[in-house]
Amino acid sequence: MTSLWLIIGYVVLAPLIGGIISGLDRIITARMQGRYGPPVRQAFFDVFKLFEKQNLTVNRFHGYYLVCFLIFIIFSGILFFGGSDLLMVVFAFTVADIFLVLAAYSTNSPYCSIGAERELLQMLAAEPMLLLTAVGFYMVFGSFHVSVIYRAALGGKLPILYLPGVFLGLTYVLTIKFRKSPFDLSTSHHAHQELIKGLTTEFAGPSLALIEIAHWYETVLLLGMVYLFFAFVPIIGVIITLFIYFVEILIDNTNARIKWQLMLESAWLATLVLGGLNLLALYLFAMISKGG
Amino acid sequence: MAYIKKSPWIIHYDGSSCNGCDIEVLACLMPKYDIERFGAVNMGNPKHADIFLITGQINSQNREVVKTIYDQIGDPKVVVAIGACAIGGGVFRDCYNTLGGVDKVIPVDLYVPGCAAKPEAIIDGVVQAVGLLEEKKKRGVVTHKEGTGDETRKLPPVPDLNLEQE
Amino acid sequence: MFWIFFLILFPLIPALLLLVFKNPGAIKWIVLVSCAVICSAAIIMTVNYLQTGPGKQQVLYFPISSPMVDYLVGIGDIILALVFLFVCRRLPFKKLWIPLLVILQYAPVIYYDLSGRVPETTQYIFLDNLSIIMALIIGIVGSLITVYTIGYMRHYHEEHPEIPDRSNKFIATIFLFFFAMYGIIFSNSITWIYFFWEITTLCSFIMIGYSRTEEAVHNAYRALWMLLLGGLAYACAIIYLSSSCGTIELNTMLGMNQALVMAPILLICFAGMNKAAQFPFSKWLLGAMVAPTPSSALLHSSTMVKAGVYICIRCAPAVRNTLGGDIVALIGGITFLAASAIGISRRDGKQVLAYSTIGNLGLIILCAGIGTPLTLWAAVMLIIFHAVAKALLFLGVGTIEQQTGSRDIEEMHGLITKMPRMTLIMLIGIAGMFLAPFGMLIAKWAVLEALAKEGSIFPVIVIFGGSMMLFFWAKWMGQLVAVIRPEPRKEEGIGIEWLGLWPLAILTVLICAFYWVVGIYAVEPLFGTDPLLSLINIWMVLVMIVMMLMLPLGFLIHWKHLVHVEPYLCGANVKDPHMFMGALGKGRYWWFNNYYLNKYFNEKKVTFLTNTITTVLLVIMLFRWCLG
Ligand code: SF4
Repeated sequence: MTSLWLIIGYVVLAPLIGGIISGLDRIITARMQGRYGPPVRQAFFDVFKLFEKQNLTVNRFHGYYLVCFLIFIIFSGILFFGGSDLLMVVFAFTVADIFLVLAAYSTNSPYCSIGAERELLQMLAAEPMLLLTAVGFYMVFGSFHVSVIYRAALGGKLPILYLPGVFLGLTYVLTIKFRKSPFDLSTSHHAHQELIKGLTTEFAGPSLALIEIAHWYETVLLLGMVYLFFAFVPIIGVIITLFIYFVEILIDNTNARIKWQLMLESAWLATLVLGGLNLLALYLFAMISKGG
Repeated sequence: MAYIKKSPWIIHYDGSSCNGCDIEVLACLMPKYDIERFGAVNMGNPKHADIFLITGQINSQNREVVKTIYDQIGDPKVVVAIGACAIGGGVFRDCYNTLGGVDKVIPVDLYVPGCAAKPEAIIDGVVQAVGLLEEKKKRGVVTHKEGTGDETRKLPPVPDLNLEQE
Repeated sequence: MFWIFFLILFPLIPALLLLVFKNPGAIKWIVLVSCAVICSAAIIMTVNYLQTGPGKQQVLYFPISSPMVDYLVGIGDIILALVFLFVCRRLPFKKLWIPLLVILQYAPVIYYDLSGRVPETTQYIFLDNLSIIMALIIGIVGSLITVYTIGYMRHYHEEHPEIPDRSNKFIATIFLFFFAMYGIIFSNSITWIYFFWEITTLCSFIMIGYSRTEEAVHNAYRALWMLLLGGLAYACAIIYLSSSCGTIELNTMLGMNQALVMAPILLICFAGMNKAAQFPFSKWLLGAMVAPTPSSALLHSSTMVKAGVYICIRCAPAVRNTLGGDIVALIGGITFLAASAIGISRRDGKQVLAYSTIGNLGLIILCAGIGTPLTLWAAVMLIIFHAVAKALLFLGVGTIEQQTGSRDIEEMHGLITKMPRMTLIMLIGIAGMFLAPFGMLIAKWAVLEALAKEGSIFPVIVIFGGSMMLFFWAKWMGQLVAVIRPEPRKEEGIGIEWLGLWPLAILTVLICAFYWVVGIYAVEPLFGTDPLLSLINIWMVLVMIVMMLMLPLGFLIHWKHLVHVEPYLCGANVKDPHMFMGALGKGRYWWFNNYYLNKYFNEKKVTFLTNTITTVLLVIMLFRWCLG
């Protein structure tokens, strides 16, 4: 029953929370740059405004892929907050991203296509770590199900104590998934643009609003994953999760965009070193305790 | 309430100006004036923009470009011509290739005078443009016809391009 | 019992008929009728077998008492050896080692056969769930490919008038292939399997060399010697089993003490990996692409390579928890990783498909090498899903190549405008290969669950390999869906091919939606486990499938209030959206190519590295268990 409430809560509240986070993000960013910044509700204003604009399209197909993108993002969030299989969550998340990429490809515009290709590169860089996180949880808790992990965490088995490496690796990759600098290759926010606007180039008005809303859901889902590491005391968990997001903003504002080569190499290195070593340690630990 | 008032996104195009006005426009976007307070963001892409800031005069080279960019901005939209050049050709008006101000090719809604226009004047122009946006939204002024997005273009097929292999 | 013999022997009839009848009408009807017969025979057999209800089927053994059959296979071996030597007759002197390979393996086997050293076999034929699944795959997928072949070969010879039309023989070879495949999956006697095994080698040799161009002949001989290596390993296994273990029956061998039969089992696994084109033997399968496309479809999906992984899965329970098994798994894993990586750098559609086949087979071998019930469950699922989707993709690429004259992925740009129906088929196939909730992903999900249970490094391999596959499939999909300006349709030339394409496409979707039926009825009884059959998982997959199916429906809706504008080109648009205003005031075409990341995933470099590693592993394996 609680999981049903969580699902409803996610579907209804995630855009609200995501929008507020996005607004805070912009304020904090502005303050870091010595500016005053927009109001907190700015993200909502933007989206409402986009719905007021005309829907410009290059062809009549690409808008529909975006609808699928949004639906699948919501679906993967439902799976996550419904306590379902973590692997399936990541897979559904991937499907959603693929729809975004297809939408961009479908416009057949050079800027969009480059953005799509870079988005794929970002997925290539980030995907292993997300799946490795799931496997890490499995090795500790013996289940891929978020509900089982969550209950165990509430029961006092702290995921972060077992999976510090995986957590750091995930944080690294989160920057890619949030599309924040130095990894905002495929789209970029605010004044700085990489190749106009990456894969969102051809989407205008309501279509762009859909992408924005999907990003809110996405943000909440990813932060949910971070929260899972600290789920033992809700307050502390939330605080740490928000702190992690703050760190992401800090990184966003202190780093210049890098080339995709460096992104791919460093993300995989982080996955292998941080995630891989963590899993190896768990494996050896399990072996020793079995042997003893 | 029209939300467009709260979130005007800007695209800035430089015709063939002396760059004086551009520098002033960019100054507005810098921390000192911080127009993001009003929700305004500088977009590089006409499809995302609401307000079209143009500096510099129109010449035969950029005439089509300005028209295309104007066409690619979704309604409602406002065009602001900044600086003497954009208004009427300015010091370049007698050049062999100069056609004159921006209103020679696209309808201009607001004129911000100055050579170069001051940041304060530019911000004032943007603020007035925001008001105009709301008004246009209310009146339902559109330049684009809406349809199914499926207009077939009758064009010759793409010839075989000789793509180099890897 | 009757149906088993029927399935094995019936394909010989159309094969012989096709050698006699050459006119297109006759070929068409022979193929259609026999494919229908094979298909329905496989289904009838399955229904008969499964009637007992889920989980109640037993492995059925059928003894044959007549000593005749042994002689028959002996004679068959002799004939086959002679045929192999015959095809080698024109080889230059420095390639003389190919016939030597033939002699090396057949001399001792035939000697053992005739001198009665091969132990008695009582149960020649058997039937269990795995055989049933394989029989269905071969029967249904194979038949659909064969039907497609009729249309394909007609176009093929129209396009290549210089190649003599021997399509009746080509199709006859396909039926011979069926004969051999059914032989392999139903035989319990290892000498029998060996006999059929070598027939598949011969068949692929014939198919690859079909066009008789220099390249084709070269690749055909390369495939021949590589596959003969596997045959050699198999022959060694037979000799070893006859002399030291005293049995030549598969089931008895698997039931024996692990340490005793380790050597022959690893030899058989070696043969299996060889046939499944694992590194370092990947070259033969890549070379096989010169053949007409249906043969690639056949080799890659339902036959040949599947025989390789089939035999590995059979042997898997015997290698569970052994170092030998781990090495097999490691070779599979490395192959999966390397093949997926190389796939990124390829722009030839068929090559991408080939590397993805090699990679997925590697994954299956990995599962087999680990050999727990969970991984085996996943392996069988992988076989099923891969067979259907890969056959579909090969046939799709074959059709596109015939209609547009290119199989370059870059030139499939905007295919949705030129060939909407073909694009739909390709999209289903590609989605089937890597996207949730379609087949391969269900299987990969199971693999990850199973491997995570094991601990160890294997999950990392699967994760990285899977991500790389995602990259190259997705960018291919992207090229297909790009909407370019209207172009003339190019689909009118496709005739009877649809008869192969549509059923496969529908099958790909249906199998995913009903994977649990396959799981409950066919796979679970085999290994006694059900990793993904909990109700919630089934629902999840079903919901996603429904969501996916909504996609094509959504395109039928014509949204109002859309405003058509040209793509953004920095304002330098000209009338034609494929052009921009160049610096000289003239329109110029712009073009966008995908990334191939050759810096990281260069074919030569990765192949060399992987070949070295896997060769070392194989040598260690052979020395440690088979010679030591
Ligand atoms: S108005 Fe004056 S400052 Fe502005 S672009 Fe023209 S010449 Fe330069």
